[in-house]
Amino acid sequence: MVDITPGKAYGFFTDTSVCIGCKACEVACKEWNQLPGNEPVFGDGYDNTGSLDAQNWRHVQFHDNVPDTAAGAGQGKAWLMMSDVCKHCKNASCLEVCPTGAIIRTEFDTVFIQPDVCNGCRDCIAACPYGVIEMDEKSKVAQKCTLCYDRLQGGMEPACAKACPTQSIQFGPVIELRERAQKRLETLHSQGVDEARLYGADDSVYGGLNAFFLLMDEPERYKLPNAENAVLPSRNNAKGYLTTLVTGALAVLGGLIALRRRRAEPVAATSEGVTDDAS
Amino acid sequence: MTLADAEHFVRDPDWTWYILFYFFFAGLSGGSYFLASLMRLNGNKLDAPAVRIGYYVAFFMLLPCPVLLTLDLGKPLRFWHMLVNTTPGDVGVSFKYWSPMSVGAWALVVYGGFATVSFLEAWARGRGRSVRLMEGFLGKLWAIVGGLLALFIAGYTGVLLSVSNQPVWSDTWALGGLFLASGLSGSAALLAWLVHRRRDGQASAVALGRSERFFPLLELALIGIFVATLIPAGTLGQAFGFPWFLLWAVAFIGLLPGLAGMARPRVTTDSTGAAVATRSGMLVVAAFIVLIGVLALRAAVIFSVQ
Repeated sequence: MVDITPGKAYGFFTDTSVCIGCKACEVACKEWNQLPGNEPVFGDGYDNTGSLDAQNWRHVQFHDNVPDTAAGAGQGKAWLMMSDVCKHCKNASCLEVCPTGAIIRTEFDTVFIQPDVCNGCRDCIAACPYGVIEMDEKSKVAQKCTLCYDRLQGGMEPACAKACPTQSIQFGPVIELRERAQKRLETLHSQGVDEARLYGADDSVYGGLNAFFLLMDEPERYKLPNAENAVLPSRNNAKGYLTTLVTGALAVLGGLIALRRRRAEPVAATSEGVTDDAS
Repeated sequence: MTLADAEHFVRDPDWTWYILFYFFFAGLSGGSYFLASLMRLNGNKLDAPAVRIGYYVAFFMLLPCPVLLTLDLGKPLRFWHMLVNTTPGDVGVSFKYWSPMSVGAWALVVYGGFATVSFLEAWARGRGRSVRLMEGFLGKLWAIVGGLLALFIAGYTGVLLSVSNQPVWSDTWALGGLFLASGLSGSAALLAWLVHRRRDGQASAVALGRSERFFPLLELALIGIFVATLIPAGTLGQAFGFPWFLLWAVAFIGLLPGLAGMARPRVTTDSTGAAVATRSGMLVVAAFIVLIGVLALRAAVIFSVQ
């Protein structure tokens, strides 16, 4: 049982190496947060949830497009599965752009959208690099994982972590989770699982993710931008305004030249065609 | 950043028709106000009718803007949350200088005040009434501040798109300037036509027509920068692929009247600045083509990403 104290940073460590794709996390999340869900999506694979959205605050990704043949003797190629969720970024793009102040950082250092403050402008949706947030059709406000804010306030761990049967989703203080993740990584590497890597456990991605992952492949495979591409929307503020400013200055210059040159223009007119069509 | 290096896993914000037309009207309102203020500050009395028309256009183009923005919200009745933070325990003014949407909401409110006062002033002057308060230093200061705000309103919408993590939008920093130049092109063409219809507006129509040649050049240069910034990100194909290149084609056609001088009235002036001749009957067609181009440019940028 995790001791939950306001003022400390809490989060998830999702270890994809032990995820079995049971979707207990999805069900527990929907159950607790009263999310009726969308119609199932049946595509080429086994993923019938589709993506994180307003109704799916946990999404178990199934990457099943792997070769049928084993890579080598005793090395059956495994599917990649990962229970995706809002990352509760330390430097959150959604929180950065939100014009209403609806998106806040809670006393548990999580990122929370206040449904009674949000006015549905959708700027956060354009900003979130993980495609986590979506407008809810019923409430007409932006929705995403709250990291079970209400449960945390009651001293309970989030529903998804509670339901996970393999401890793929672990909840706790972020500092402790990082230590645990590092040990797990070392164990996997010592077993020859060299492809294992941590994503978001350090500050290289958005200053650190409160919900970080142990991945079994490149981040891009799980639709996660790599560290180089994990950039904040505000990176374009200065350059965008500067370009506008320079354009504005050129507009002033061009406009003034147009007005002044008229004064200097030589008289070259006759009375032909005078002004009937101009009246 | 190397070729095709940018990774985008972001969701579409569903900014569609309301936002498209808001960007369009904001560009024309801001552009018209700026041109009217520039003519006013230039101080040529022959431009007085054009100044009035510019402020009329700025005001009427501004009217749909708050309506469109409000209707676009999921919760339209909470439009005022853009200005007031209603977070329990943290109630107060909501202003984030680093969020273009927050800055834009405030700028629109302040610019709305300037556009309204300038409209009322123009209306009064048009009826032969003097507006002493707005003469002299205060009038010039009003035109300068209002003109700068107008430039912001016409251009910040592009910055708003860039300050995101969307493909194309966030891969460039040229959209603010591009939208501003485009708004000015449309405004100059529209004003040149409206002013040209008035017997006492011919002198201004000449200058507007000339500026209408400069702004498309500026816009063309910024489209070039836009393209150049998308190449390293690998998103050029998304912005200009099928069917979006059709919209870009319309946008380019919209540049032609200005570049070819079609929007420029064939008017010359005598030493007093009075118009003495004209032979252009194409202004309305030119203005229409330019305005459709202004709309198509914004549509191409907005829809190609979503």
